[in-house]
Amino acid sequence: MPAVDPILVVENIVKRFETQDGVLVAVDDVSFNVMPGEFLSVIGPSGCGKSTLFNVMGGLLGGYEGRISVGGETVRGPHASIGMIFQEESTFPWRTVIDNVAFPLEIAGMAKVERTEKARHFIDLVGLNGFERRYPSELSGGMRQRVSMARTLASEPKILLMDEPFAALDEQTRLLLGDKVLQIQQDLKQTTLLITHNLTEAVQLSDRILVMTYRPGKTKRIVEIALPRPRNSEIVSSDDFGRYVAQIWSDLREEASKGLKDDEARRVRSGGAGAS
Amino acid sequence: MSARGAIQREGIPFVFGILCLLAVITVIEMLIRWGMINPFIVPKPTDIVMSFERIILEENILPRFMMTFGEALMASLMLSVVGISLGVLLHRNTTVRLATQNWVAAIASAPLVLMYPLFLVIFGRSAWTIIMIAFVSALPPVILKTLEGLAGTRAVLINVGRSFKLTPSQLYWKILFPAALPNIFVGVRLGMIFALINIVGVEFLINFGGLGQLVNELAERYDLPGTYAAICFVILVSVVFFIGTERIERWLRPGT
Ligand SMILES: Nc1ncnc2c1ncn2[C@@H]1O[C@H](COP(=O)(O)OP(=O)(O)OP(=O)(O)O)[C@@H](O)[C@H]1O
Ligand SMILES: [Mg+2]
Repeated sequence: MPAVDPILVVENIVKRFETQDGVLVAVDDVSFNVMPGEFLSVIGPSGCGKSTLFNVMGGLLGGYEGRISVGGETVRGPHASIGMIFQEESTFPWRTVIDNVAFPLEIAGMAKVERTEKARHFIDLVGLNGFERRYPSELSGGMRQRVSMARTLASEPKILLMDEPFAALDEQTRLLLGDKVLQIQQDLKQTTLLITHNLTEAVQLSDRILVMTYRPGKTKRIVEIALPRPRNSEIVSSDDFGRYVAQIWSDLREEASKGLKDDEARRVRSGGAGAS
Repeated sequence: MSARGAIQREGIPFVFGILCLLAVITVIEMLIRWGMINPFIVPKPTDIVMSFERIILEENILPRFMMTFGEALMASLMLSVVGISLGVLLHRNTTVRLATQNWVAAIASAPLVLMYPLFLVIFGRSAWTIIMIAFVSALPPVILKTLEGLAGTRAVLINVGRSFKLTPSQLYWKILFPAALPNIFVGVRLGMIFALINIVGVEFLINFGGLGQLVNELAERYDLPGTYAAICFVILVSVVFFIGTERIERWLRPGT
């Protein structure tokens, strides 16, 4: 095996929040590496600290312990090598599709003709040709998420960081967009880190999956997904796929049920307080 | 995007609006003719229409209209520039915001127009007195709506900007400002209404030019159809402003 240095190193990240009920440890000592061209997913139940980790890696959230480095360089604040795609809808409603996608190029000071041409290329890539002049309000949720994706890809980040980009979409759209992501990742050899709570999505797309525990968010296990590449969404019907899903689900079930109990306990507590 | 679509989107509501207006006017006309509304309080719409010719020819309506319109335009320009700037200032500086926000809201409900003698002393009996009273009374909604719009920008849009490493001024111009524009325009329109009411009121009070003075004169002559016809011209000023701001808004912030 050739000795390749990891492109992204996450070392002993701890992030605490001060809340009304005291200190909440959202991310507790998470470490992992990502290799160039690799597709890594981070999976965990809702509220386990995934978005917190995402914001720390993207340099949007400070005040943490540990170290993030990209190509050996420590990250402080937003980094040009990291492109982020957010959980919520994040297109600019006042810009057309093409102007949304060209946004990072405009910020970089690229000339209009050049950036329009380049933006077109990325619009093609996510399959939105013909919609260049439309505004986000004229598009479906899935299409808008693809606009966000094209916009981030247009900045040509070394590492693509995605926080549940398909969470708000239905299962069919999710699978088809998964195909799109796989194809893009294979075409561009794009190093990708996907944060998700969706098991099928994680197994469908990833080379490795990091399973997080529920509160505090620690690394529970890292699973290699040895499914053949190139892949597409048809893989979800294979036996190996089912085995991986089952294996990760048994890890995740324990954590998800802890989260559920926690929620119930909180409901009982607040309900009790309300009644008295 | 087709022409047919545009007609359906804008044409039909427009025609419907006009028909409703005509229907209401017809009903009022009927009620007056049947003696259910006293014609010495509300003149017949037909009489008002008939009096247009008279007030246009005899009462110098065009220069008066231009005067009120000009005052409103000046006040609105000052309002937009100063109000939006103050809104931005309040948004950027938390201490200033916390210290003054409630005061700004309180001023919004103060009847500043009653301070017209003070303005007369400062600006004399001129259009500037009128413009300044209108400007000051209409400032709060512009400031508050600008502030609300900027503060209400979705966090994720700001995060997108930060992740692309925008400078603070780029963040303002490329994200916060366009995101806040719909709110800012609501503020400007509200401010314009405040301003116009004050302009006409002060013209009336200090008996200085414009449509307000004409309304006053006609009312004193007990020329009711003429009074209402003059009020129609006041409404025309506000219609022109509304159409104008809508155009500007659509140009500045397409896509909605
Ligand atoms: N700014 C903050 N202040 C206080 N607590 C916070 C803050 N941000 C997040 N938290 C808490 O940290 C924990 C982890 O939140 P986070 O958003 O990272 O979860 P998540 O795994 O992304 O969940 P989901 O799958 O629902 O998006 C939650 O308990 C949340 O309440
Ligand atoms: Mg999240």
